[in-house]
Amino acid sequence: MSKKFLSGNEAFAEGIRLARPQVISAYPITPQTIVVERLSEMVEDGSLKAEYVHVESEHSAMSCAIGASAAGARAFTATSSQGLLYMAECLYYASGGRFPIVMMNADRSTALPWNIYGDQRDSLSQLDSGWIQAYAENAQEALDLALMSYRIAEDKRVSTPYMANLDGFVLTHTYETVDIPDREQADRFLPPYETDNRIDFESPKNMAFSAGPDTNYIFKYKEHEGVLAARQVITETEKAFAGIFGRKYTGLTENYRTDDADYIIVTLGSIAGLCRETADKLREKGVKAGVVRIRYMRPFPNAEIAEVLRNAKAYAVLEKDISFGNEGTVFTNVNSALKKAGADVKGYNFIGGLGGRNISASDIEKIYNDIANGTESVSFIGIGGGSNGK
Amino acid sequence: MAGFSKIKEIIWLGRGGQGAFTAAKLLGAAYTINDDGRYALAFPSFGPERRGAPVRAFTKLDTRPVADRSQTEKADYIVILDDTLYSPQLRELLKEDGIMIVNSKKDIDGALTFDAERTASEFRLPTVNSVMLGLLTGLSGIVTAENAVEAIKGYMPQKIQERNINALLRAVQEVAK
Repeated sequence: MSKKFLSGNEAFAEGIRLARPQVISAYPITPQTIVVERLSEMVEDGSLKAEYVHVESEHSAMSCAIGASAAGARAFTATSSQGLLYMAECLYYASGGRFPIVMMNADRSTALPWNIYGDQRDSLSQLDSGWIQAYAENAQEALDLALMSYRIAEDKRVSTPYMANLDGFVLTHTYETVDIPDREQADRFLPPYETDNRIDFESPKNMAFSAGPDTNYIFKYKEHEGVLAARQVITETEKAFAGIFGRKYTGLTENYRTDDADYIIVTLGSIAGLCRETADKLREKGVKAGVVRIRYMRPFPNAEIAEVLRNAKAYAVLEKDISFGNEGTVFTNVNSALKKAGADVKGYNFIGGLGGRNISASDIEKIYNDIANGTESVSFIGIGGGSNGK
Repeated sequence: MAGFSKIKEIIWLGRGGQGAFTAAKLLGAAYTINDDGRYALAFPSFGPERRGAPVRAFTKLDTRPVADRSQTEKADYIVILDDTLYSPQLRELLKEDGIMIVNSKKDIDGALTFDAERTASEFRLPTVNSVMLGLLTGLSGIVTAENAVEAIKGYMPQKIQERNINALLRAVQEVAK
């Protein structure tokens, strides 16, 4: 193990180097560019033996990864924002074809107005594409997800592509200390990819076929089962990871001071750190504050969310997303989890950080105050009516 | 559980190409380089990059993981690589006992100035970032000169390491005087 001071993008690239993908298709887009640049340098200097394909668009990047996976290769690509939206058509081919491709997405706002800064509207718009979706908080978790992602995606029970999301700039471009695992340990953790779901002249089969109304829904059912199976496989993978590398992860969610919490913020990505720090400060003042960080949006942590929020007085979902005309998508998912579990807890939705706008410690403290006193069900931080206005 | 935070925050000001962000990164690397109980974040002002345009960079140093990833609003040190970027309003970004260090041939009221260009040119360096890092190292003691040298060895291209190390050490000596 070696320690290095790296950005989130660089840390993710180090994780991918250790995962030994055989094909990398790359089309650069801010703030993802550094990850594919670092990987091209690794291929150039021979420390990563992969076919590096510089494609002409994101649509082609995903198509190339699908082709590689269909040939039985471990494939990687990365994108962000409009790039993710441009490749959206192919996301469904990858998941429907059960190709365990790994993609890093640098979470960035979507046009218009044009903006290159971070929010999560790009990846959250693709929740229904059939991909596993993970959200990292820091550079170490980014590297570790890169390594764990293939083991989860390629598991025969899962066979589903995996999208690892890093908050644009705040995580992709911020440098911090990262432990880089040893090559030998990484190889022990992640064996080479082997699959029957590939083009094979010795054993010819029909791939990427059509299926009519009589059978189509069975394929969709199996896809659903595959993503659901990731729940168990993520747990097993994190256990094996801790056994080899010593770092522990907590499955689909990560709870902080929630055991006796009255007021809980549910969020995802790198804003969680500031939420935890704010919860600590409020605890010193006697407010029982807690934080739930969603690590996986798909499969969704229905049981975990219901369990942790069940005894709270109120909760807030803080997200960098809005489904116009309704509410933030994370909020919709969290509410559904509680409803299904028969839990009745008052919940509020806070939309913040759109287009890279800063979310400050005082914004977060205000969220805790607002949910304790009651507020609008959906609020844009710093805008809008009543007590939430500026 | 929450420990007592002793966070130190540094704002770097320079122009695109002057290496302000490199200095921010080297400081973070130096602080954490051989101590697992130390944490740092370093990041540039986010957005498109242009040579010559004003850039800011930030280093946050603490003895526990740094949770706040937003830009520093009150710094312990502001280090300015180009005195055309100095303005008295920058004091608002400093803590009460904060210190401003400016690369300048002139005296500036309320700031420490040093002709870093002269030192850099002695070592045939086109940028003053390692000299400014040396000044901050010497003045603040937040990292040791040895760790700053280690950071240069770890994160600068080999062919410019020696000149940058010598420039940094010279700056540390100048402060000691």
